[in-house]
Amino acid sequence: MTSLSYAVSDSMTMLRRNLKHALRYPSMTVSVVVMPVMMLLLFTYAFGSALGTGIEGMSTGGGDYIDYVAPGIILMAATSGAMVTAVGVCVDMTEGIVNRFRTMAISRAAFLTGHVVGSVIQTMISVVFVVAVALLVGFRPDATPLEWLAATGLLTLLTLALTWLAAGVGLVAKTPETASNIPLPFQFLPFIGSAIVPPESMPTGLRWFAEYQPFTSLIETLRGLLMGTEIGNSGYAALAWCLGLTLVGYLWARAMFSRDTNR
Amino acid sequence: MPAMTGSSAPALSSAITAVGLSKSYGDKVVLDGIDLHIPEGTVFALLGPNGAGKTTTVQILSTLVRADAGEARIAGHDLVHDADAVRAAIGVTGQFSAVDNLLTAEENLMLMADLHHLNRREGRRRTAELLRRFDLTEVSAKPVVTFSGGMRRKLDLAMTLVGNPRVIFLDEPTTGLDPRSRRTMWEIIRELVAHDGVTIFLTTQYLDEADQLADRIAVLDHGTLVAEGTAEELKRRIPGGHLRVRFADPDRLDAATALFGAVTRDTESLTLQIPSDGSIPTLRAVLDVLDSASIAAESLTMHTPDLDDVFLTLTGRPRSGDAATSPKENAR
Repeated sequence: MTSLSYAVSDSMTMLRRNLKHALRYPSMTVSVVVMPVMMLLLFTYAFGSALGTGIEGMSTGGGDYIDYVAPGIILMAATSGAMVTAVGVCVDMTEGIVNRFRTMAISRAAFLTGHVVGSVIQTMISVVFVVAVALLVGFRPDATPLEWLAATGLLTLLTLALTWLAAGVGLVAKTPETASNIPLPFQFLPFIGSAIVPPESMPTGLRWFAEYQPFTSLIETLRGLLMGTEIGNSGYAALAWCLGLTLVGYLWARAMFSRDTNR
Repeated sequence: MPAMTGSSAPALSSAITAVGLSKSYGDKVVLDGIDLHIPEGTVFALLGPNGAGKTTTVQILSTLVRADAGEARIAGHDLVHDADAVRAAIGVTGQFSAVDNLLTAEENLMLMADLHHLNRREGRRRTAELLRRFDLTEVSAKPVVTFSGGMRRKLDLAMTLVGNPRVIFLDEPTTGLDPRSRRTMWEIIRELVAHDGVTIFLTTQYLDEADQLADRIAVLDHGTLVAEGTAEELKRRIPGGHLRVRFADPDRLDAATALFGAVTRDTESLTLQIPSDGSIPTLRAVLDVLDSASIAAESLTMHTPDLDDVFLTLTGRPRSGDAATSPKENAR
């Protein structure tokens, strides 16, 4: 076998290990799915009519409020998996097993790749679940199969980017508690974007931030793909953000993993 | 001495050689230029107190940490330039068990088999064999999180053996184990050398452990090797062995002190410490002297050299670092 096929088979072994963990101890995964579902129900039933009336006439593409907020919540589901990765990597680092891996002739990237791919798979499953709940409570997207495919691709790319960053967080965090706290502020970023309400409804300073932060272009692209609102330049911006963050996250995580082990 | 021929008495080739290994963390010097030469198929023990640099030495030799200076070759491969070849030849069982707590014992071993790229059948065969050998077959389907310290350590070593390593590093393999598990571990280590012909690099805080297992022992203190030799050679350098004789009253103690001359006496506990190599003739000689002077002794205990004596003798002070908790002990 070549070194590349070794790298692939080592990564697959690590992936199997992580999926086994997830299946055997699903509480973490479940709590990650529950969050966006609760959020969806909260914003649909509790705040929905007030928010819907409040933003009427703004660039929401018309229609029900659920059709505005669902893409935002779906995107939040994609971000919530990051915490699982950060905690999972950190727990592994505090135990002896990673040092064992490091003294074996296995591909250096395999350990992280296994975590990241496992996490992306879990996250996409929870995204599917959240979409299903959204459809149940009245979300009516008008996307074509091709647009669904593009939306899936976008969400996968975003998850990949956030997961690599989270892997880096897991490597620098000293304890699993820290690892689970660091990604938290980033999970709230979509709120200060166009996930729940349009940025036009915000005060000037906040609006400026909301319009230019990465999640807004992602949400606008997703909303455009699913609901047919205008995407404009958001698509390119979203793609650039995802690819850029993936590259940064990957390089950072690899560098952190290659450090000396004395922590 | 008969002439040695290449085939009948080949020179032992070297499993580990190191020259001038040094490592500092900040301005704390952990290793200050140590040299090692360990022939294939032997057991080498690195003996020293907490914080002496034992774990750092293992971390460097097992490619986990890079030395600041110095060179080393493991199983013929350069540690830095050919790290993957070194990794393929070694197995490491660290001080803290490197097992996956969420998997079962069997899954842990299969994980190792997969990472060593054994095919499915070979992996299962090897896993079953190791479970049997380490007496873990019955608990093979239980998650490791339920295991006792001794079982965990056995599984850890079993995982190390999946890849048939030629050189095995054991970092304090029995620290924290109860006496029975310690004996089991010693048996396993002896068997490894006898049956598999592997080279073992062992670190320990216990002189008796090094004595039990090692062909050669090196004493590490403050990052330098202060002595090296066989257990016998080291013990000969340590005059720590003595007989402790207790008497019923101060008069008898005084009389005995006069008989033996320059010995250490403790008036408080009414004991005399008489230097001894622990052999029967010296023991008999001491008793004969007491008998001929008709001095009755209450009790007699024999004291054999321990690590404290090693350190007192070799460094001129008690073993260092015992009180200070080393950082690795806080790692979990």
